[in-house]
Order: sequence, then C-alpha cells, then structure tokens
Amino acid sequence: MIALGQFLEVLIGGLMSGVLYSLVALGFVLIFKASGVFNFAQGAMVLLAGLALVRSLDFLVAEGFPLWAAIIIGIGFAVVIMAITAWLIERLVIGPLVNQDGLTLFMSTIGATFILEGAAQMIFGSDAYPLRLFPTDAWFLFESLFPGGILVNKLDVWGGFIAGILVAGLAIFFQRTKTGRALRAVADDHLAAQSVGIPINWIWFVVWLVAGLVALVAATVWGTKLGVQYSITFLALKALPVLIIGGLTSVPGAIVGGLIVGAGEKIAEVFLGAYIGGGIEYWFAFVLALAVLLVRPQGLFGERIIERI
Amino acid sequence: MLYREAGQFKTTYAEDMAIFPIRQDRIALGILLGIAFIGVPLLATFHVWPFAGDYLLWAILLPFLILALAAIGVNILVGYCGQISLGSGAFMAVGAYSAYKSGTGVHIPLAWLGFAISIPPLPVLASILLGGLTAAVVGILFGVPSLRIKGLYLAVATLAAQFFFDWVFLRVPWFTNYAPSGSVNAPALNFFGLVIGTPIERYLLCLTFVTVFAVLAKNLVRGNLGRQWMAIRDMDIAAELIGIRPLYAKLTAFAVSSFIVGVAGALWAFVYLGSWEPLAFSIDRSLQLLFMVIIGGLGSIMGSFVGAAFILILPIMLNLIPTELGVPLSTETITHLEFIIFGSLICYLLIKEPHGFARLISIGKEKLRLWPFPY
Amino acid sequence: MRMPDKSEFLLQVEGVSLTFGGVTALRDVSFDIRKGEIRAIIGPNGAGKTSMLNVINGFYHPNRGAITFKGRTRARMQSFEASRGGIARTFQNVALFKGMSALDNIMAGRTLKMRRGLLWQMLRYGPALAEEIEHRNRVEEIIDFLEIEAIRKVPVARLPYGLQKRVELGRALAMEPDLLLLDEPMAGMNLEEKEDMSRFIIDVSNHYGTTIALIEHDMAVVMDLAHRVVVLDHGVKIADGTPDEVKQNQGVIDAYLGVAH
Repeated sequence: MIALGQFLEVLIGGLMSGVLYSLVALGFVLIFKASGVFNFAQGAMVLLAGLALVRSLDFLVAEGFPLWAAIIIGIGFAVVIMAITAWLIERLVIGPLVNQDGLTLFMSTIGATFILEGAAQMIFGSDAYPLRLFPTDAWFLFESLFPGGILVNKLDVWGGFIAGILVAGLAIFFQRTKTGRALRAVADDHLAAQSVGIPINWIWFVVWLVAGLVALVAATVWGTKLGVQYSITFLALKALPVLIIGGLTSVPGAIVGGLIVGAGEKIAEVFLGAYIGGGIEYWFAFVLALAVLLVRPQGLFGERIIERI
Repeated sequence: MLYREAGQFKTTYAEDMAIFPIRQDRIALGILLGIAFIGVPLLATFHVWPFAGDYLLWAILLPFLILALAAIGVNILVGYCGQISLGSGAFMAVGAYSAYKSGTGVHIPLAWLGFAISIPPLPVLASILLGGLTAAVVGILFGVPSLRIKGLYLAVATLAAQFFFDWVFLRVPWFTNYAPSGSVNAPALNFFGLVIGTPIERYLLCLTFVTVFAVLAKNLVRGNLGRQWMAIRDMDIAAELIGIRPLYAKLTAFAVSSFIVGVAGALWAFVYLGSWEPLAFSIDRSLQLLFMVIIGGLGSIMGSFVGAAFILILPIMLNLIPTELGVPLSTETITHLEFIIFGSLICYLLIKEPHGFARLISIGKEKLRLWPFPY
Repeated sequence: MRMPDKSEFLLQVEGVSLTFGGVTALRDVSFDIRKGEIRAIIGPNGAGKTSMLNVINGFYHPNRGAITFKGRTRARMQSFEASRGGIARTFQNVALFKGMSALDNIMAGRTLKMRRGLLWQMLRYGPALAEEIEHRNRVEEIIDFLEIEAIRKVPVARLPYGLQKRVELGRALAMEPDLLLLDEPMAGMNLEEKEDMSRFIIDVSNHYGTTIALIEHDMAVVMDLAHRVVVLDHGVKIADGTPDEVKQNQGVIDAYLGVAH
C-alpha cells in the first residue's frame, strides 16, 4: 500500500501545481481568444504583478500600516500597475500591429517580455522576495489508510480554490456582461466588430487588463510558494505546452491541460526519473506537447481550423 | 567616387543576377574583405591601436563572427522560410557536443549485444562539420512537426528541443565523457598539422568559415530553393498549388539552418570558449539569436551581420558611455537597461521596419544613388 | 476565333459533391472541359464556383464523384498531382508571395521545371547557374508578353492591384500549364485593365494553346471570351452550353434575378 499512498500523494501534489500552470495559461487563452495574439509576455506580467504587490506590501508594512490595510493598498497598487501596463501595450505595441500576421505579433510580445522584465526589475528590484499571503503548512490526510498519511499543502488547496473562483468569475464576465459579449465578437472578427460600433481599442485594453489581473492572481499563489523572483518567468514558459495540450482557444482546455502537465511531470519525475535520470520535470511538459501536436494539432479542446483560399 | 550606377549596363542575365550588381558595392565589399583578412591581422600582429591588447579580437570580433554565422542559420529558417525557432541554442549545443564527441572519439558500449562501437577521434575540421551534420539531422527531426503545425505551435515544438537538449547534455554523462564537473574541454585545434592557438589565428579561422558559409547561404537564398522557402513563408497554400512541396521546402530549411547553427555551435565551443558547460547554449542564447535576426533584418544575410554586431556592441556601449560621462551604472542596471532597449527596439522595428537595419541600409543606398537630389 | 476540337476532353468532372460539415457547397456537378477551349464558370455569389476550382486542383477533396484529367480518372485530385499534371491557377484574392519581387514570384512558378539539387544551388556554378539563366530567359519572355518589364524587381506588395493580378497570371503561365484556372481575373479592375486582361487571356489561349477555365462576374466579358459556359447556383449545375444558349436559359435568368425557390 506504500506505493499507492506515495502515488496518490505525488498525484495530488502534481495536480495542485498544475493549477498554477493553469492560472498562467488562462491569461494566454484570454488574450489569444480576443486578439489572436500569442502572448509570450504573460510570464513577465506575472513577475511584474508579483513584484509590484510584494514590494508595496513590504514598504507599507515597514511604514507601520496594519497588515489588512497594507494588503488592500498593495493589491490596489498592483492593479493600477497592471492597468498601466495593459494600456501601454495596447497603445504602443498591439494597436500599431493590428492586421499583422501571428508571427510578427508573437515576436512583438517577446519584445514586450524583455521590456517588462527589464523595467519591472529596474523599478522594483531583482532579488527574491518572499510573499506570505496564504498558509504554507500541510495537512496529512488518510493517516489511518496509509502509513504517514498523504501530505497535502494548504497553499495548493488555496491555489485550487482561487483558480476555481477565477474561472467562474471569467465565465460570468464573458457570458453575462456587455463587455464580455463585445469581447467575443472582437475575437471572431475584429473588423466586423469594429463596424458595428464596438470600440476595439478599449476592448483590447480590457483583455490585457484582465490578463494582467489573472497574472496578479497567479503571482500571489506562486509568490507564496517560491518567492517573487525572476525565475518565475521561466516557470511561466511551462504554460505554453499547457496551452498546446489544452487547445489555444479553450478556457477549460487551459485548466485540464495544466492539471495533466502538473500531474504528469511529477509522476514522471518520481517514477521514471529513477530510470533515466532526474530533472525530467524540466522538459516533460514540452515533449508531451510535442507528442500532442503530432497527434492532434488543435489540442484536446481546440477547434479544428478549416483553411480557405 | 560617387555612388552612381549610370553607364553600368548588364548585357547578360548572369551579370544581372550577381550578388552585388552595382560596381561601387563590389569595390566596397572588396575593401571590407581586404581589411578583415589582411588589415586586421596585420594591425593585431604589430599591436597597433585599436588592437593594442587582444580585447577587441577576443571579446568582440571572435564572438561577433561566430554569432553572425549562427544568425545566418537562424535567418534562413525564420527570415526566409518563416518557421519560428526558439531552439537555436539547442542546435548550437548539438553541434558543439557532437563535434566534441567525434573530436575525442566515440565509444558506444553495447553490453547487451556483447560488443562496443568505437570510433577513433576525428580531425578537428571533420568534427566541426560532423557537428553541423548532426545538428542538421536533429533539426530535421524537430522540423517534422512543422508540416502539420504553424507559427506559434512550432515555437513550442522548438522550445521542446531547447529544454530537452539542455537536460540531455546536463544529465547524460556520456556526452561529456563522464567529466565530473559537467564542463568539457575542446580538443587541440589542429588543422592538417596547423595548430590554431593565438587570437589572430582563431579570428582568421572563424572569418574563413563565416565568409564561405555566407556566400553559400546567399547562393541558396537567391536560387530556386530560396524562392521555395520564401514562397512557403509568404503564402504556403499558394506555394503548394504551384507545385512546391512543403515537406521538401521546410525540411531543407530546417536542415540547412541547423547545419549552419550547428557549425557555429562547434566553433563557439572549440574556438571561442575552449571549455564550456551546457549553460552556454541556454534559451537565452536562442532568444539572443532571434533578436539579432529581427534587429538585423528578417530575410537578409547581410542583416545577420548587422544584428550580431548591434547585439554585441550595445552592452559594451552601455558600460562604456556612462563610465566616460562619470556616472558608471551597476552591472544589474546595465542588464536591465539592455533588456528594455532590446525589447523596445524589437517592438519598434516590427512596427516600423520589419526588415530591420538591413532595409534601412538599402533605403540609405537608394537615397545615395540620387544624392543630392531627393528623387 | 479558333474553335476547339470537339472530340477531345482535357478534364471531366462527374457527379462531384462537396460538403463542409452540414453545408453543401457542390451537389452532383458534372461538366467537361475540352482541349484548347475557354470555359467559363458563372453563377451568383455563393454558387460554389471557387469550390469547384478548388476541387479541380486538389485543394478540396470532394465527398463523392470522380475527376478525369488527361484520361486518368481519380476520386480526388491531390494538389501536387494537379500542379505536376499541368494545372495552374490564379486566385480570387491575389495570392502572390508578398515579400518577393515580381521576377522572383514568376521564377517561383518554374520550381517544378528546375532540377538541380541543394548542393549545386549552393555553389551556383556550372549546371546550376546555367539552369538558373535558362529559366530566367523563359521568365523574361513571359514578362515581355505581359508587358511588366518595368516592375520586374519591385516587391509585389508595392504594386497596384491590377499589376499584381498580372504578375499572378505570369506566375501561373511560368508553369507552362495545360489547364489554366482563373478565379475572377478581372475582379476590381477598371474598364481599361479589364480590356488588357481579356487580351492577355485570348493571347494565352491562341499563342500557347492553353486550355482555360475561368470564373468571372462581368457577363459582357464572359460572353466575349468563353467558348462554353457552365452555370452554377447553390452548388447545383443549372445550365451548360454556348454563351448564347446560356443567355436564353430561363433557369439562369431566374437565378440571377432571384426567383423564390
């Protein structure tokens, strides 16, 4: 029974870290759906949001603010930063490149990534900053069934909980609000949407803002787990295979893809790593994505593209 | 002498199709090659300014030449064939490590079959070219998904190559000849009895490689294959309907590109670094090469040189100029500033001039032809 | 005008049906194209004309039916079979290679005829150079024929629409096709450009003996150019015959004037 217990523990741990990938992947999907831009900068946005939050928190607490007030002001500050970022990106990068092909837009977001990473670290500093918004201790479940029980991090449960709320919130936003409907219209055909009077620049700003807020949420959870630091941007790269596996345009795909990648790489690391060497986690997600691409290029939940000429 | 082409009539198509159809350009190129092959080594031998120390050769010209070569490779894939690659660093690594293995002797123990394959160490030149060939084969393998997927999806596939090979060369001790530190040393650079050691010799070696490959690459991109690549890049469906096979066009682009990048990787390891770790070929390298190509000019061989020069010189300038002005910046600030400048430049060029500095230069030449008249 | 040989068919389409999901683009369409003729395909918007061309050159695969090209019957064409077999086409919305010059675009049309491999091309010496020059000669003939000498080195993205259409025709001609498919070659042109393009089409037909199938909305052009006309409406063939016959056909008149179905 030890093996099963260990397996369950690894599986649960993996699923929970998968939620983190899902959180970043969500930001990608939002922007891709609304503007066809494959946003390489999502990881940099997580870094920026996290740094803005943790640095303002540190500052406010040091100034003697009570913690609850510091948290509220800090989050408010981070939101403002993300709003400014969204506005600047729409204004200076995505706006002027409208109607360009996907490759150009993608490369422009790599450019934006470097600007954001450089600026964020220049303004807020480039060390690792611990963030303590959620409990980081663990529960031990089913101690009667398995020796030692199954270890579950409280933070992971929080992460899952927050991701659930976020997805529900986004679903309501997309389906029920006027802006959400306009957004879906822009996603289908931005010229047509523009011609019926949807202010397209405003919509893109909103999308980037929402993606920025998703990045902020991801930053709070990741920051608590790993500290806010530059390496977050590399972990965010893992959201790319998540997207491929789930399908670029699918919100449920981002969630399921994240869970598959999270659980898959942990299981591979623990049970396969013994045979072919450790560190499989480093590439497992990407190679899995490659396999998915060969079998089902549109991903698990993506729509098949019919080419016209 | 004025930059005029009046009176230079082409009477054959061969003349019209030359790389530099304008006489003044040919003269300029001749002077440039003369400086590079004769002038620089002479100045360096006699330690004349700016070659008083080896700094300029070692720290600028050598990396410039090798990275320009790699950028030519990346440009063939990204700029000419329109297939994005975020895994160029990995292909450099494949070139470097397979050159290393063939230069130090390959030994594959096949214990379960009861024998082992052993290949004695190959000469350096053969090793370097074999490094390129191995990279080409790996490039073809990772290019296969490009037949079914495009652009962004391919970016992830090439990222997979990057992370997979990072791991392989870090974790599989066979590739590093079981070196305990994971760091390996290049074999002696013995070219048919001529041992390359001094900075000048290394510089001339790389210059020769770069010149030869640049000419070969230029020939390819202006020939039938180059037109097929560009056709695939510009409109793949129409290309297929005029008889271009996407399979052949894309895989040749991957093969040629990876070959050149692999050779550059082997040179980087053998000639520039001497001893190295897998970190030398990380994703940062891939992005750096991509930036060189975008900044220099997508779809331009000359642009690859311009981009490589710019990317290498900017950090040095950032270091130098504030120090001269009396406000030295910390290394951290310089790194961040570099990030911001590169990022902004990429965005600016993609918006204003997708063909990079190379196009700006050719616009300048157009203007010069008519100078002093505006048109 | 030279009348085509009635006995010989270059292409026969039999009972072709094409559906996308639930939408029927073509339903049981049959017609033929004779060697050397100019065949027009007309019909209101959404009649399935472009789909028909896409089926002929193998970009779409029909769900049912057969295509006989040069005596070989296939259930479906493959794109490479079509291009290798000598089918060239132009597109409704110009599909040129935007980053290349007019000359390179037309040279790209010679791809199938060029034989030298990668290594020779890399050296660009001897046979490879000779081949390049030989094909350049042929392409220059086409450039002469289409009267686009002045723009041969201009990137096509910078050319006006009418010239782009001409370059695209040049690229198709460079393939030396047996069957040339033209999808609305005169869309968006003014009267003068239309006259030029009509002249080129007739010249191509007379000079090179190329068989041409074209889609066109301008009835006057169709009636002047085409030997025979096939009319599609809602994916169904409603008429087939000489321009005069088609003009008299009640079904065609109804389709164009919009009688309730």
